[in-house]
Amino acid sequence: MTEIRWHSRAGQGAVSGAKGLGDVVATTGKEVQAFALYGSAKRGAALRAYNRIADEQIFNHAKFMYPDYVLVIDPALAMTDDITMNDKETTKYIITTHLSKEELIKEIPALQGKEDRVYVVDCIQISLDTIKRSMPNSPMLGAFVKVSGMFELDYFLENMKRVLKKFPQKIIDANMEAITRAYNEVK
Amino acid sequence: MPKEIFELQDREVWDGNYAASQAMRQAQVDVMAAYPITPSTPIVENYGNYVANGYIDGEFVMVESEHAAMSACVGASASGGRVATATSSQGFALMAEVLYQASGMRLPIVLNVVNRALASPLNVRGDHADMYLGRDSGWIQLGAFNAQEAYDLALCAFKIGEDHSVRLPVMVHQDGFITSHTAQNVYPLSDEEAYKFVGDFKPVDDMLDFSRPVTYGAQTEEDWHFEHKAKQHKALMDSRPVIDKVFEEFEKISGRKYNRVESYMMEDAEVALVGLGTTVETARVAAKQLRDEEGIKAGVVAIRNFRPFPFDLVRDALENVKSVGVTDRSSPGGAMGFFFNEVSAALYTTPKRPLVTNYIYGLGGRDFSIEDAKNIFREQKANADAGYITTDIQQFSGLRGPKLGFFQTKRS
Repeated sequence: MTEIRWHSRAGQGAVSGAKGLGDVVATTGKEVQAFALYGSAKRGAALRAYNRIADEQIFNHAKFMYPDYVLVIDPALAMTDDITMNDKETTKYIITTHLSKEELIKEIPALQGKEDRVYVVDCIQISLDTIKRSMPNSPMLGAFVKVSGMFELDYFLENMKRVLKKFPQKIIDANMEAITRAYNEVK
Repeated sequence: MPKEIFELQDREVWDGNYAASQAMRQAQVDVMAAYPITPSTPIVENYGNYVANGYIDGEFVMVESEHAAMSACVGASASGGRVATATSSQGFALMAEVLYQASGMRLPIVLNVVNRALASPLNVRGDHADMYLGRDSGWIQLGAFNAQEAYDLALCAFKIGEDHSVRLPVMVHQDGFITSHTAQNVYPLSDEEAYKFVGDFKPVDDMLDFSRPVTYGAQTEEDWHFEHKAKQHKALMDSRPVIDKVFEEFEKISGRKYNRVESYMMEDAEVALVGLGTTVETARVAAKQLRDEEGIKAGVVAIRNFRPFPFDLVRDALENVKSVGVTDRSSPGGAMGFFFNEVSAALYTTPKRPLVTNYIYGLGGRDFSIEDAKNIFREQKANADAGYITTDIQQFSGLRGPKLGFFQTKRS
């Protein structure tokens, strides 16, 4: 069982990101779960979204988890939210930031000692460049594909095209570019 | 027939709301009258979308409240159409009056209930307060534990309620957010298979048959009211074999078998948890782990068919265990949990009379974790070993602050 926790703000697309990831994972024959925990869903309010991925049907419906991956798609939440909550010795962090990894970890004491498990990528800038607005969910998926090694990039892109098929071609292309850039830039 | 064909994959990733709305589409519901409320809104919203885009040959009726929604459903159903809607919580409460009208008139309406807490305090999340509110309304009540089941049971609901030997309205329950907003793998039937299973709607005494005028909702006083209600209760009780038959037929086309009472690892179980909704599946994970890790012979009994209450099947499932924890996800309002009372009544008529305790949990969407379920099993194990109830008979599980519980066993 692989468990993923997203830290996001309402409107940044973590719920869509979690569902999109679930959609693609399901095509590989695995079982998935994607859900979110938000208060009164106001744009900008902090929220968490979750994925579970397993070979067998998933029966656990609890929100509680010890995440294998923590995906932070809002730069400020890395500082203000409890992103290391219930983490494990092996939990990997992918964090949206314009800072370097060293600069970021210096700001967040909870990440110190976990340097080899922290990855950074500027999903906000990538989405501004490609999608032309702040929509950091798609780039985060690209970074996740790279860090997790769960899929080949091409396989993931092909399937994301299907997930996004209701959108105009221009938007699909921009998302593909965003995913690809984050895949290449995450470090 | 619908103008447009909806493209479906063999394997979809759907949340419970989307799954339920796809079942509404495949059953080609003629009329849906609805007033939206979180968390069930997407079910009726999607139906409206399917009608507008030609995927359903049906009619969406906009109304000013849930009371009006169910009233319009009553009218449409009595007129001779296949009718369904969806609601939650406060909307369900506002519908309550008309729920009794629908069942008393024997109208096979399908109501998707996405379970949510009742205010106050205002809360949009899942607990079973609304489901419990419907328990005496004369409807058949089916419970889904995940999105797949919300889809499957919605299809079964039409076939059960519309059976001419049943002719009763059916609720299909799913947990708000935990099922309704959680996307999981769902394996849908093709449109042809699904519609063939549900079948054409065959009206009985429809009001639009002008050659044979009928009256719905006539007044009866002490001369006939009692006989009508007795007949209605008997119809509910007699729906049990029809439900079994529909579940068998559904297994033939889907490979998925449903039972009015679902037992998990109960063959040799010493202790059991009894539950409803998504809790059941989380508890199954806990039972399996406890067997592997702590040697506790734990099992889970789930009520799939809440009404008519499977008194005999509950008894069969639990009579050989030593201690049972019954979970209620609804504020008990000054009594033992209602589900505890029903299970206890069934077990009181068994020779061995297992110990039974009551856990109130998960109100307003409070998380229910694997560890919470394990604690319930461990307490049952302690009861089983001691031979008496070692805790308060009613306890609150997952509550912050001081432990809250009531009543202890009387021991001589």
